Order: sequence, then structure tokens, then C-alpha cells
Amino acid sequence: MDNLANKSALKLDEAEDTRIKAGPRGSKPRSALSRRNIIVYGTLILVAVYYLLPLYVMIVTSLKGMPEIRVGNIFAPPLEITFEPWVKAWAEACTGLNCDGLSRGFWNSVRITVPSVLISIAVASVNGYALANWRFKGADLFFTILIIGAFIPYQVMIYPIVIVLRELGVYGTLTGLVIVHTIFGMPILTLLFRNYFAGLPEELFKAARVDGAGFWTIYLKIMLPMSLPIFVVAMILQVTGIWNDFLFGVVFTRPEYYPMTVQLNNIVNSVQGVKEYNVNMAATILTGLVPLTVYFVSGRLFVRGIAAGAVKG
Amino acid sequence: MTGLTRGSVRPNQWLRNLNAKIASIPMILTALVIFVGGTAWTVVYSFTNSKLLPRLKFVGLDQYERLWEAPRWIISIQNLAVFGFFSLIFSLVIGFVLAALMDQKIRFENTFRTIMLYPFALSFIVTGLVWQWLLNPQYGIQSIVRSLGWESFSFDPLYDSDIVIYGILIAALWQGTGLVMCLMLAGLRGIDEDIWKAARVDGIPMWKTYVLIIIPMMRGVIITTLVIIASGIVKVYDLVVAQTSGGPGIASEVPAKYVYDYMFLAQNLGQGFAASTMMLLTVAIIIVPWAYLEFGGGRKRG
Repeated sequence: MDNLANKSALKLDEAEDTRIKAGPRGSKPRSALSRRNIIVYGTLILVAVYYLLPLYVMIVTSLKGMPEIRVGNIFAPPLEITFEPWVKAWAEACTGLNCDGLSRGFWNSVRITVPSVLISIAVASVNGYALANWRFKGADLFFTILIIGAFIPYQVMIYPIVIVLRELGVYGTLTGLVIVHTIFGMPILTLLFRNYFAGLPEELFKAARVDGAGFWTIYLKIMLPMSLPIFVVAMILQVTGIWNDFLFGVVFTRPEYYPMTVQLNNIVNSVQGVKEYNVNMAATILTGLVPLTVYFVSGRLFVRGIAAGAVKG
Repeated sequence: MTGLTRGSVRPNQWLRNLNAKIASIPMILTALVIFVGGTAWTVVYSFTNSKLLPRLKFVGLDQYERLWEAPRWIISIQNLAVFGFFSLIFSLVIGFVLAALMDQKIRFENTFRTIMLYPFALSFIVTGLVWQWLLNPQYGIQSIVRSLGWESFSFDPLYDSDIVIYGILIAALWQGTGLVMCLMLAGLRGIDEDIWKAARVDGIPMWKTYVLIIIPMMRGVIITTLVIIASGIVKVYDLVVAQTSGGPGIASEVPAKYVYDYMFLAQNLGQGFAASTMMLLTVAIIIVPWAYLEFGGGRKRG
């Protein structure tokens, strides 16, 4: 604040003047080019450039041909734009013996993500509803275990889950992976829904009870329609989380069901053949495209989702 | 607790609230079978000599002795310590400074936040691969700086076993600081405007207000953020797999990768279980004191 005074006496006078007129309330008016503004905006712009640079390099690299990559620098815009790397990444890139590109992984990821998101949200929302409105003896104990469980490293529970899934006959299948995502999505989602439902006015619930509505009727007719925002938040959280998963994909599925992240890693880090950096970067963008789209479309809701996930109630 | 003393209003304790209990079956199963059961199972089997298949043949602390004699595990732990220490410090400091800058009633706040947070939407695999490319010594940052005239410039962390973990750190910070910034910003916004006004009236300089007043007031947010970052650090796996595959050699191995490799590639389950139990212990050391501070002291919910 004091820096303002150092710059120029004239500006100081102006600033003082308006401040007195405006009274003590409201933010202090500032001239656009004060030293403070230059420091604040200058730093933020530098930081923004740093954050954007990798995305820029990814896009630029994916649009160049290999000869151009070998001679040029990674920041230079492409002299000759080519979409061939994208086509190759999508339809021809090889993992092991399969050469049908990332499209296979993309569709696997779709087939994993859609049911996992729907089932995990359905299960967790009913759970959260039961915890918020129909508390029974012991419910809080299970909930506490669930929340503590969210901190246990997955590596500790992976092998027992492999055994359970094998016993159920779904190890290596998409069904198995959907179950795993439902299990590990449960702590955070249940917390999210429990807190949301607990915040709704209790009178609504009581009135419905007086009218004779039961557990499921209240959930479907009253709670569900009132909680669309939280369902959207949960959806954002789950779509990005499940799409970005790598560990579960690698552990719980067979190679033909590998999700996009796993296949991407196999394509880029394969030791055979000549490295095609442009194809690699195109494949990387393709994999990041779904969560990025969700992120840019959802905006503030995404922030709300991670904040809800991060800050415990 | 007998039904008789309660009168006839509640005929059967078990049937009361039956639908809620049915609806909670997935949660109860997950909590008991997977979280408690699975964890206990792994811990118990870490004392056996299971190889290809889990077998209940106890060998005491044998697996742990072998674990702590394995150079690869020692390197994993050292990497985790270095990575953890620096990512905690840097993400907290950078996150806080960025949040403080964002809190200056600036214009385009939404744009800046969108830019800082977008890497967090990307997977670790994508993050690792991008930074693998940026740090490529032949084409990446090193070659750019050299072509600008500084011929002797050397920065190839991914191919230098001494500094490879810092290469991973750079990528991790790029991905995660946006989240820390958002959490800190939420914390800053939670602080009463009057505090700022009072500090201004007293003529306390801005930086001093932050250090002496605001940061101590944000203790809760900072500790929660610390716990979130720390429990994420212990799990770090995908990023290393994508960026270096543990290389060069075994220079960038981490515990989570050790566990996976021994369980599913080396078919030495006992080692995998012992290593994962050590991971569990690490998390417990972080979480238990925090949970005690946060929820202990008799103010327990429910």
C-alpha cells in the first residue's frame, strides 16, 4: 500500500482525493500503472506463461513433422502445419502387437468411465442420504472408517481386492474395474453428499415423513430434484478422476481393456522403433482432452468439487 | 438396551430404519471388507514368505529385513524424502504467494485461476510425458538455452541420476500448485475484512500483516493442505512411471512403484506386502497426529 506514495506526488494526490470522497468503505482506487500493480500483474502474467507453456509446446509439437522437430526448437511455431501425427496417434500408433492407435484406449476409457461414474454416484448419494437423514446405530462408525480409509495408500489394499475380484470371477474385466472405482470413489463422494443433504432444511424431510413418504420416496421425489448442483460436482470429480486413473487400469484389467492413460504410456514409453515425438504429443493431448474439456466447461464447479474433496466437514 | 424397557413403540431394533441399513450395505462392505479387512490382510501376509501366491507361512520380520537391505528400497525412500520435503515446502510457499497475489482484488481473477488450475485436471501420465518432452536434453529446454549462446548450459535431470528426482519435482509442482493456491485462496477469503482494516489503521506493512497475523490465522487451512499434499506424496506413482520409468537405472524409484513391481512383475508378494505396509506406516505417521489435533479432545461428532 505504501509503495503508492513513492511513485509520483501527483498520482498520490489524486488517489488521496478520491479515497476521501469515497469514504472508508470499498476498495482503494489505484492508478493502473502503480508499482504495486506492475509487481502483482507482472508476477501473475509470468506465472500464467509458465503454466501455459507445456500446453503450448504440446500443441506446437503435435502439429510439426519429424524433420522440423529435429532441426528446430520446441517453442517455435510450426512452419508447416500437419495433422498427420494426430491421425497416426488416433488410428495407427502401436502398443505391442496392436497397431490400431489410441482409439482403442479411448473407447475402453469411455466404457470404464460411464458406468463407474453413474454407479459410484448412485451408491454414494444414497449412502450420504442415509447418513444425513436416517442415522442408525453404528452408521457413524462405518462412516469414520470410510473417511480414514481414504488416506490408506491404494497399494495396501490392491492385492486383497485382486483376490476378492478373482473369487467373484470378474478380475481382469471391465465389471471388476467399475467395482474398484465405485469402492475408491465412495469415501469422498459419500462425504460430499452427506454434507450436502445435512445442509438441506430439515422441515422438508419431516413434512414428507408426516405425509407418509418412506426412505426411497423421499430420496427420489425430494432429495434428488433439490440436489442437482451437487450431482454435477460429483460427476465432474468422478469423470476427471476415473479418466485420469492409471494404477487401477494397469492392475485390474487385461491388456485388451486397458484405459487410455495406460495405453498412452505404453505408446510413448515403448522402447521399440524410432521415437516420434509429434505422434507422442498428439496422443498426450488426445488423452488430456476429456478432462480438460470437463474442466474448461465446468469452471467454478470444478473448483467447488476439489475444494469439497479437500476440506473436510 | 432391551426392547422391553423402551416400551412398545420400537418393536425390533434391527428392523428399525431397515431401508437405510440396506442402502448402507455398500458402504459397510467397503469399510469393513476392503478398508479394514484388506489392510489387515496385507499386514498379516507381510510376515509370510509368499512368493507367487499368498501363503500363510510365517517368517517373522524376514521380509522387512530384506526390504531394508535392498538398495532399490533405500533409494526409493531417499527419493520420497527429498521429493516430499521439497514439494511440501515449494507447493506451500508458491501456493500461498500466488493466493496472496490473487487476493489483491485483481482483474481477470477467473482467467488467472483457470490457467493455474488446469494442470490439476490432467492426469499424472499426461503431466509426466509433457515434462519428459520439455526436459529432453536433445530438443528441450537444455538445447534451447544452448542455442541461445550459452554452450556449456547443462540441465538434463531425466538423464542424470543425481538430480532426476528434481526433474520429477518440477512436473509435480506444475501439476499441483494450482490446487494449493485455490485452497489457500479459500482460506484467505475466509478471513474477516476487519482484520485487514485494523492492520491498515495501525500502519502495519502488508507483508508483516501476512506473516504475523494472516498466516497464524490460517493455521487450520494450512495444516489441512499439508495433510492433503503429504498423503498424495506417499502415493506418487504414475508420474514417475510416465516420466522416467524409475530410471536412469533405479535412480528415480519410489515406494509405490516398488510395491507394484514386486507384487505384479517380480512375483515376490511378501516383499510387496512388506513395502506397502511401510507405506501405510508412513501415512499413519502423518495422519494420526493430525486427526488427533483436528478431531480429538472430546469434540467428536456423532
